[in-house]
Amino acid sequence: MTVLEQPGAYAPAPPPSWRPRTDAAPLLPDAEPYRVLGTRGTRTAQDGAPGPDAGLLRRLYAAVVHGRRFNEQATALTRQGRLAVYPSSRGQEACQVAAALALGERDWLFPSYRDTLAAVARGLDPVEVLSLLRGDWHHGYDSPGTRVAPLCTPLATQLPHAVGLAHAARLKGDEVAALALVGDGGTSEGDFHEALNFAAVWQTPAVFLVQNNGFAISVPLAKQTAAPSLAHKAVGYGIPGRLVDGNDAVAVHEVLCEALDRARAGGGPTLVEAVTYRLEAHTNADDATRYRTDQEVEVWREHDPVTLLERELRDRGLLDEATVREAEEAAERQAAELRERMHQDPPLDPAELFAHVYAQPTRQLRDQADQLRAELEAEQRSAAAAQSAGSTTAGEETR
Amino acid sequence: MSTAVRQPAAAAADRKPATMGQALRHALRDAMADDPDVHVFGEDVGSLGGVFRVTDGLTAEFGPDRCTDTPLAEAGILGTAAGMAMYGLRPVVEMQFDAFAYPGFEQLVSHISRMRNRTRGKLPMPLTVRIPYGGGIGGVEHHSDSSEAYYMATPGLHVVTPATVADAYGLLRASIASDDPVVFLEPKRLYWSKADWDPQEPEAVPGIGRAVVRRRGSSATLITYGPSVPVCLEAAEAAREEHGDGAEGWDLEVIDLRSLVPFDEETVAASVRRTGRAVVVHESPGFAGPGGEIAARITERCFHYLEAPVLRVAGFDIPYPPPMLERHHLPGVDRILDAVARLQWESGFTESGGFGQGRGGGAV
Repeated sequence: MTVLEQPGAYAPAPPPSWRPRTDAAPLLPDAEPYRVLGTRGTRTAQDGAPGPDAGLLRRLYAAVVHGRRFNEQATALTRQGRLAVYPSSRGQEACQVAAALALGERDWLFPSYRDTLAAVARGLDPVEVLSLLRGDWHHGYDSPGTRVAPLCTPLATQLPHAVGLAHAARLKGDEVAALALVGDGGTSEGDFHEALNFAAVWQTPAVFLVQNNGFAISVPLAKQTAAPSLAHKAVGYGIPGRLVDGNDAVAVHEVLCEALDRARAGGGPTLVEAVTYRLEAHTNADDATRYRTDQEVEVWREHDPVTLLERELRDRGLLDEATVREAEEAAERQAAELRERMHQDPPLDPAELFAHVYAQPTRQLRDQADQLRAELEAEQRSAAAAQSAGSTTAGEETR
Repeated sequence: MSTAVRQPAAAAADRKPATMGQALRHALRDAMADDPDVHVFGEDVGSLGGVFRVTDGLTAEFGPDRCTDTPLAEAGILGTAAGMAMYGLRPVVEMQFDAFAYPGFEQLVSHISRMRNRTRGKLPMPLTVRIPYGGGIGGVEHHSDSSEAYYMATPGLHVVTPATVADAYGLLRASIASDDPVVFLEPKRLYWSKADWDPQEPEAVPGIGRAVVRRRGSSATLITYGPSVPVCLEAAEAAREEHGDGAEGWDLEVIDLRSLVPFDEETVAASVRRTGRAVVVHESPGFAGPGGEIAARITERCFHYLEAPVLRVAGFDIPYPPPMLERHHLPGVDRILDAVARLQWESGFTESGGFGQGRGGGAV
């Protein structure tokens, strides 16, 4: 039995007995985003479920507190000239953290440029994760070792990579799923469509998490799509779409865990739309007041992912002041360490520009590497000459 | 060793000649048999065997997981190939026609070509992108482009194109074995070209990055690749006979580049230094085309050996013409010989005459 071939499965039925090949109803997302936090006494009472595990709640809480502080620190580093740019995920910490914690050890994460926090929450070294945005190299961590693909800048182009990797894992018989992160704007890209279609046709163990944060830089969702919801797009590919409150870390975690389990078990891909909000501008270089009102932002501040978790923990008596202080102090310690490390200049080696273009540099690249080396040596010589001339002058002045 | 057109005398008496298409199919088949990580996929490559039948029989032999029909989406094909390479597979994908590869361009230039560099070698992209290219088969619009200049302008890609049956096999095997991404351009009008070639014992050919002198000569060097190699060989034969005024013929050297990236400057420069004259021939439009880069490099490296400016015979700077007009566009024997005639043969002793626009006051 092969992975891909199901003889006759896709043969069109002749008219007039035509009917849809798949029943669309089970694929449809719920009308309202799925929520867990703040529903105690409603949802859990109804279905008798015990509610989220206390250990998970605490882990998510510590992670979002850290995530919030990480976002603040990274934005501050742009003002200090230590990051070239930072697209903040402030307001989206629940999605970032839940995505990282939902992954199995062997699963892969395919982040976009706004998903630094997801990579950090997975346990990667934040300085290595920020390499792209710092600008010392295009990418700073060991992707095969960490199973986190490079932060992807061109929108949605990492989605087909996730599909291909998950497909390859399945062909090799490995129980590995790939989780790809994309934004609402990215769903308009052709690669989003092609990735979901390939994943659906091949029944690839890939999960797509759309963080619908309301804006593609300045363009609101209404100008991006006419779909009932982004989760509805799944139905067109024949895969399930799930709609979830993206500021509810527990709900996002639960939905992603289900989708990843299903994917690993051979159940195929899932599209998850997490409704959230980008509390800050697109990047530090953007001015969000040009396209949205403070009142709108204020509504979302009331639905803050950190506050939601904190409230749940307090309501369930799982949070005392000591725990809050502990989480905040840990976040502060990590931020201070990040700040200190980012204030040290990274090692740069211009020769490396030529080292990784090909497995073996071409003759032309070797020539260019030689040229640059000679230029740098000449630069050093003239700097040294200027310095010794300067010291001579200085010496004369003191005489 | 040279892979110059094999002599019939060397042929096994009863062996049928092989076509380039068959040699390519053998290369895919042997690569798949030798390495379970080699996966072939693309549009119609399964039961149909590809529109040019290059993948014929691969699904039957290796199953649909190894030779796979994909949805009709080139960015998806190249993007999933990148992901498969990230997991250690060695994908070989087929773009159905040159111009149909363009939807996948972003994956190629923004990811596949850069992933090794981006990840400092942690995620190499050992994948091969097979693209039938070039004109001369009467194809309607979008079926005859020579798109090599786009790929050549993208650091991180190798760009390879065979002109002989033996190279079709040898270079495709080398491309699949390469740990770098290779854009493998198949001259579609040579798919049916034939040579004596033994699939049981494919002859060894030089690797990627090596040009080959297909014909030795002393008067001038024709530098070419892919579909224009046979045209240049024909032009060289014609040049030997006579040229225009019935004076004695030219003895033209013909270089088959085989690999546009990496570019074999040594072989080209050695030839031009010996002959003192060069013409670059390709179907791709001349403006900002491969010939411009090659001419510049020859000028930089061989200036004091040159008897004439390096000339180019290229496709016109027009969108590829409709089939009934394409013969006017493609570099042919006459246009090549016209260029050779303009290589200032008389410049040492005449003040005027000839095709003097490029003579720069008869500096030689």
